Amino acid sequence: MTDKIVTKDLNLWYGGFHALKDVNAAFQVNRITAIIGPSGCGKSTLLRVFNRMNDLIEGVRTGGEALIDGLDILAPDTDLVALRKKVGMVFQRPNPFPLSIYENIVFGVRIRGAKVSRSELDAIVESSLRGVLLWDDLRDMLRSPALRLSLEQRQRLCIARLLAVKPDVLLMDEPCSALDPQATARIEELMRELKHEYTIVIVTHNMQQAARVSDDTGFMLLGELIEFNRTEELFASPRDKRTEDYITGRYG
Amino acid sequence: MRKLREFIIEKLVLLCGLASIFFVVLIFLFLLREGLAVFKTISPSAFLAGKSWYPISEPPQLGILPLILGSLVVTFGAALISIPIGVGCAIYIAEIAPKRLKEILKAGIELLAAIPSVVLGFIGMVTLVPFVKTVFHLPTGLTALSGSIMLAFMAMPTIVSIAEDALYSIPKTYKEGALAMGATHWQAIWRVMLRAASSGILAAIMLGIGRVIGETMAVMMITGNAAVIPHSLFVPVRTLTATIAAEMGEAVIGSEHYFALFAIGIVLFVISFAINVTADLFLHKRQ
Ligand SMILES: Nc1ncnc2c1ncn2[C@@H]1O[C@H](COP(=O)(O)OP(=O)(O)O)[C@@H](O)[C@H]1O
Ligand SMILES: [Mg+2]
Repeated sequence: MTDKIVTKDLNLWYGGFHALKDVNAAFQVNRITAIIGPSGCGKSTLLRVFNRMNDLIEGVRTGGEALIDGLDILAPDTDLVALRKKVGMVFQRPNPFPLSIYENIVFGVRIRGAKVSRSELDAIVESSLRGVLLWDDLRDMLRSPALRLSLEQRQRLCIARLLAVKPDVLLMDEPCSALDPQATARIEELMRELKHEYTIVIVTHNMQQAARVSDDTGFMLLGELIEFNRTEELFASPRDKRTEDYITGRYG
Repeated sequence: MRKLREFIIEKLVLLCGLASIFFVVLIFLFLLREGLAVFKTISPSAFLAGKSWYPISEPPQLGILPLILGSLVVTFGAALISIPIGVGCAIYIAEIAPKRLKEILKAGIELLAAIPSVVLGFIGMVTLVPFVKTVFHLPTGLTALSGSIMLAFMAMPTIVSIAEDALYSIPKTYKEGALAMGATHWQAIWRVMLRAASSGILAAIMLGIGRVIGETMAVMMITGNAAVIPHSLFVPVRTLTATIAAEMGEAVIGSEHYFALFAIGIVLFVISFAINVTADLFLHKRQ
């Protein structure tokens, strides 16, 4: 098994607030790793370290290392554009751009600036939509606005527009929290398919989801990574009392 | 007691609302009555498409095409200047300027909006007019171009503040999504945020232009007021508004000239109304 993302004594502060405390974890290729924990424990913050989206927030400082393919992405000379090409993110609320379905998918290709022919773009659109099982539904309406789609379709589209630029890592921050249970189940199914080609990290406050979909799970509490293990083991025999309390529902 | 007071206040407010509607209707009816009277002596097409405006010759020639074109040329020039600068400024304020500079710029824009147009016209007369004359080697600086530049200053505050608001109020998730895909800040603005804010920005432009078309004082002072069909931005022109303002005082009440000026008022009203309705449509589309 290969480590894709490794954190070493990772710390993060929002101004004076210590949001991540000495996080040590390894996220492996072709596996789905879930991060669980009560709201406000730092799950999203950890995820946003991996594509440096925390840089947008004023007053954020980091300490320690976050290695992707062995390179410390926290280094000041990291090429953010290249990093974010390699590490794509799916947000909690599906956020397709106010453009057509087609333009949403080729967005990532277009901003890279390379000249790509029309037929190549068409091929990328088709394969990306097939990748998220939307092609048959949307093939005849590629030019309509993406904002007409249902929530589930929007979230799939947001995944498709990442697939179009072939990232290595997919970060998903509560990707199903806006969806109903059936749509959630279908997105989870999609994740299981995608893991054969990507490294997936999913944040969720829904333990059942973590148990259903993930191979590894990390449990966070108040900025600390309390426990990190194979999902079955973490749920079947938690080593830490706090993990046990959480998964047996004693925290909320 | 309390109930009675509420009742009275409520009715007073209602009365004020009704009064304002009543006055608008009254003004409009008056405008129609005085304006439409001109069509007893001249056909609407001869009025709108007539090439000469000699209201005090005998018989008067009342073609307002030069005036319509004068207004359009000045407005077009003002739009050409104020739209790119105004939208650019809005982008800068909404997205790029550091916090302090942002506050200063916003205050500056408000200040610009607060300058009375006659003062702007006066400043334009003593600075802009000679400047345009020397830079373009023209016989006179009193040209459509001078008017356009001046009016651009008046349209700018409207365009900047409404466009900035439109950019500011689009969901932050669009920008986040674009950046997370590896877009540069500029790509996120250009490819996503401007699209997302487009109807608000169009409304900003329409309202800015609407303000320009109705503007009178400044254009009258610096566009030269020659009622000839303009073929470029570098010649003197006369606008619809300036015509009314300059001639209403001397037109004999009840004369054809007098009615024609009211008819010009109707034309202006229709243009402004159309622009405002369009802007409104864009604004509503946004919600
Ligand atoms: N931009 C920010 N500025 C200051 N504090 C923040 C910011 N974002 C998150 N936090 C704080 O950091 C902690 C972790 O937040 P987050 O990572 O969003 O938690 P989770 O995703 O687990 O719900 C919370 O206590 C939150 O209040
Ligand atoms: Mg979160």
